Amino acid sequence: MKATDLPELGAAGTVAEHGVVLYLDGISVSFDGFKALNSLSLAIDAGELRCVIGPNGAGKTTMMDVITGKTRPDEGRAVFGQSTDLTRLSEAEIAHAGIGRKFQKPTIFEPLTVFENLELAMKADKTVRATLFSRLSGEDGDRIASTLAMVGLREAPDRVAGLLSHGQKQWLEIGMLLMQEPKLLLLDEPVAGMSDHETERTAELFVSLAGTRSLVVVEHDMAFIESIARKVTVLHEGSVIAEGPMEQVKNDPRVIEVYLGR
Amino acid sequence: MSATAASLMQGPGSHVRPQDSLFLRLYGPRGWSILAICSVIAFVVFPLLHLAAPASSAFHVSSFWVTLVGKIMCYAIVALALDLVWGYTGILSLGHGLFFALGGYGMGMYLMRQIGREGQYQSNLPDFMVFLDWKDFPWQWWNTDQFWWAVLLAVAVPGLLAFVFGYFAFRSRVKGVYFSIITQALTFAAMLLFFRNNTGFGGNNGFTDFKRILGFSVTAPHTRMALFCITAFFLIGTLLLARWVVTSKFGRVLTAIRDAEARAMFCGYNTVHYKVAIFTVSAVLCGIAGALYVPQVGIINPSEMSPANSIEIAIWVAVGGRGSLAGAILGAGLVNGAKSFFTVAFPEYWLFALGAIFIGVTLFMPRGVVGVLHRK
Repeated sequence: MKATDLPELGAAGTVAEHGVVLYLDGISVSFDGFKALNSLSLAIDAGELRCVIGPNGAGKTTMMDVITGKTRPDEGRAVFGQSTDLTRLSEAEIAHAGIGRKFQKPTIFEPLTVFENLELAMKADKTVRATLFSRLSGEDGDRIASTLAMVGLREAPDRVAGLLSHGQKQWLEIGMLLMQEPKLLLLDEPVAGMSDHETERTAELFVSLAGTRSLVVVEHDMAFIESIARKVTVLHEGSVIAEGPMEQVKNDPRVIEVYLGR
Repeated sequence: MSATAASLMQGPGSHVRPQDSLFLRLYGPRGWSILAICSVIAFVVFPLLHLAAPASSAFHVSSFWVTLVGKIMCYAIVALALDLVWGYTGILSLGHGLFFALGGYGMGMYLMRQIGREGQYQSNLPDFMVFLDWKDFPWQWWNTDQFWWAVLLAVAVPGLLAFVFGYFAFRSRVKGVYFSIITQALTFAAMLLFFRNNTGFGGNNGFTDFKRILGFSVTAPHTRMALFCITAFFLIGTLLLARWVVTSKFGRVLTAIRDAEARAMFCGYNTVHYKVAIFTVSAVLCGIAGALYVPQVGIINPSEMSPANSIEIAIWVAVGGRGSLAGAILGAGLVNGAKSFFTVAFPEYWLFALGAIFIGVTLFMPRGVVGVLHRK
């Protein structure tokens, strides 16, 4: 495994065209009468780094469930890219379309090694027949090596993933998302349980990723949000109540009332 | 948390690099040596001691032992099959006895046809059909006088059933204990169906009194030995196939499904396809085991489909160590060895002993016998 040709952190690419990569339009979801999402509308631009905040039960995780096909909305449209209707696709199809998701609790394949975790996540033909006869090419190995370096696990390809520290598990999961080469990354509380140093490194990583792909980050850690946010969306009771730069959102009286003031 | 992770370390591929050659990927030098020794015992030592050593000699292996070991090897194939779906994919099927029995019935039909006119009633039809006053073979028996057709049935019927049943169950996201329960219901329903005389498979008596297979007498020592060697061949083949599967990327996806199915889906794997595929392969292996079992044991009846039988298969795997292929074979051998001993020595106490083994293993050896051997 070569360590020389690794991409440097902070080398953000620029996006030529400025299209919308994800468009949610009037999404409503209710569970037994409880409206988890109430005609939620949201647009994410290509290359954007968006932070989503909101109190518990505001619908942040449900929103991610709708985008990734885990939950079907009662109403509304979810469009990815030019015309992909997400409400009609399965989880696996949405993943292939180019949306990667990180869960709140780090979800990795614990008995497998770090290397194998990345190998499984790697963008490839993921049908049964292809995986039965799959062999790793040198190119694949290089891609895994560069991701290992990007998420700070260069020394640990053969460690069993279950034995990593909590922060390392979070990083491994982010690495797995990157292996999928998604156009859009959904990150649910990516720095929960990380040390300050790890949080800082994560912020750097996210800022470097934005531009070449879009990121939606759900977080409670306000310091972290402030360090990365350009545009913040505030959810409350299933709808968007404010959207804009952090400074503006912070001073919005409604936001202060439902969230920050408490 | 890390303890559980460590305890699962012996999952597929922990020490295998995907770029290793196929030969090394399957087993290391030690594994291949053990396999070679077992092959020599099965293909050389056993046949010599059974056929060449005189019956008076202390080294003679009696036909009782040949049948017993042959039978246990069939069970070991079933244990391997269940280990693939339970140990590696996390799907506890408690209906694998059904696939085994279906394979057995497929072969059994051919063996019944081979009896010819030598039955009690000296009819072309099997005795139970004469007894029911049937004039002709029902449709299920079409072409079953052909060996190749019977083998095809023994493999295709369990495979097809598992494919259809698995597809609907996994597509509906039936998981965990719910899946276990419906597989129990499936095998129970099949047992009731096969108990009926009208189903056309001999009702509660099933098939027995076989005379010949491919023209050879089923009780002749050479036929027994041939069946024994074929079973050993299939057991080794199943082991290598299973090893190939679990050390492939496909096998790692199975483990991924077992431990974090949602993550596997969001990685872009259609987990339904994977689960259906491994469940079907597993059922086919059970069908093969059943087809090998019947000519050696000489009987097949619906009690093979009883729910308790399928649970016993899960106990073999648990005792040996699920998620370990060698463990599955070891578990099938140990539990069935104990069973043969108990049912002769203390017939009333076998079920108590089985229960005690299961509780003991669950409490003290969560990774089975293999886990204990690994700890050292």
